[in-house]
Amino acid sequence: MSTIPAPRPRLSDDLPGGLHDVLATPAPIHVREQVLVDVGLADRMAPIDSPLGTLWVAWNGRGVSEVEQAENGAEAAARHEAWTGRRTTIADALPGHLAATIERRLAGETHVRIPLDLRGRTEFEVAVWTKALEIPRGEVRPYGWIAAEIGRPKAVRAVGTALGHNPVPLIVPCHRVVRTDGTIGQYSLGGPRNKRTILAAEGLDPVALEDAARRGERLSGSTTTKIACWPTCRHARRVKDRYRVSFRSLREARARGYRPCKVCRPTAIEAAA
Amino acid sequence: MDDSELTDRLSRDLDGTFEHLVEAHVDRCFSIALRVLGNPHDAEEVAQDALVRAYRALGGYEPQRIRELRLRAWLATIVVNLCRNRVRRHPVPTTPIEPLVETGREPAASDASDPARIASVAADRERLAGLLATLPDRYRIPVVLRHVDDLSYAELAEVLGRPEGTVKAQVSRGLAMLRAALPANELEELTA
Repeated sequence: MSTIPAPRPRLSDDLPGGLHDVLATPAPIHVREQVLVDVGLADRMAPIDSPLGTLWVAWNGRGVSEVEQAENGAEAAARHEAWTGRRTTIADALPGHLAATIERRLAGETHVRIPLDLRGRTEFEVAVWTKALEIPRGEVRPYGWIAAEIGRPKAVRAVGTALGHNPVPLIVPCHRVVRTDGTIGQYSLGGPRNKRTILAAEGLDPVALEDAARRGERLSGSTTTKIACWPTCRHARRVKDRYRVSFRSLREARARGYRPCKVCRPTAIEAAA
Repeated sequence: MDDSELTDRLSRDLDGTFEHLVEAHVDRCFSIALRVLGNPHDAEEVAQDALVRAYRALGGYEPQRIRELRLRAWLATIVVNLCRNRVRRHPVPTTPIEPLVETGREPAASDASDPARIASVAADRERLAGLLATLPDRYRIPVVLRHVDDLSYAELAEVLGRPEGTVKAQVSRGLAMLRAALPANELEELTA
């Protein structure tokens, strides 16, 4: 019985692709996926641990695109896909460098740069989120402060809305922005209870904060330096109790000969009023 | 979608069209890199890197420039340049580190019904890939572009930045070296 010989490759100068049938090889499927993720046309999603339990982080080659709470990865990915319109696949874990920088940021390091993919968001939203990034761990600022700092002192409500739309909570610490009357306020990542949990995890006492606000203690000053701060400013917190005074407003502080702190800049409270 | 339709759509909507470009060209990019470098891991990285660079470049081009791009030659140029940079940084051995077939990266031969034929095609592939890897760069790269990919000599001249006559001679010389390296009894049927 004779077998048919297999077709042999031909080497001829005239026939392009003569070796093509033998040596052309399809790229592994993950090369396509990786290219699309790298250029930001598809996302990946993986779980991280946080004070709020497991959160799902979405990212692509441009940066982190979302942090969300979900029952499971499939639910998180489906929501992210619907929101961004980008195909989203589940990964086991974040890339090592990204996981490390997020962990350091959540632990309170301020000079950790986490790239963010904020395409499709408004200039105003990005300005609000960028300003929120300046609030150190363990401190809070009112919505009105952000509004004043970004040069839109009347846009206090819009600041609240923009913070509610923060796609990357915890990384952009919108939980550190509280209501102008000093109450803790709303939180996009699962409600006010979560906001208290995170603030407590960062070393603040949300109950004491609200109690002080109720007593009308909006600013805190030191009788030795004659400087007035937001109560959670690190320069206010180190003042000894016997030197501490509090004010209802910056106007009151000024009237009593105090100047605003140059670090936490409580000037905003008047501009926002 | 052919390349002129691709470039036309890319010029109007890069993000909406880029996935089609990847789909149409990723296998070519990978094959060129694989046969120039001889190593599937490096080839994956180069193919991936080339397409990411292509996306970034397209993002900075005027629509007119994108429409006028000759995509096949342009992408091949990026792949070849990345291969050269890589070889310059980490010179690769002239033979594959492991037989490609055993790593499971080679596709099954097209006629899957006949084991003898599969074995024969796989053996041919391995032998040819091995021989190709022994050619010096200035012959291997033109042979790969002309015969693994199927660029025209005009495109080849563009990719390599050499006159058409030169690349023609290099391809021809490369093929001659391959023929010379094949066992005498295969010479005839392979080059007929």
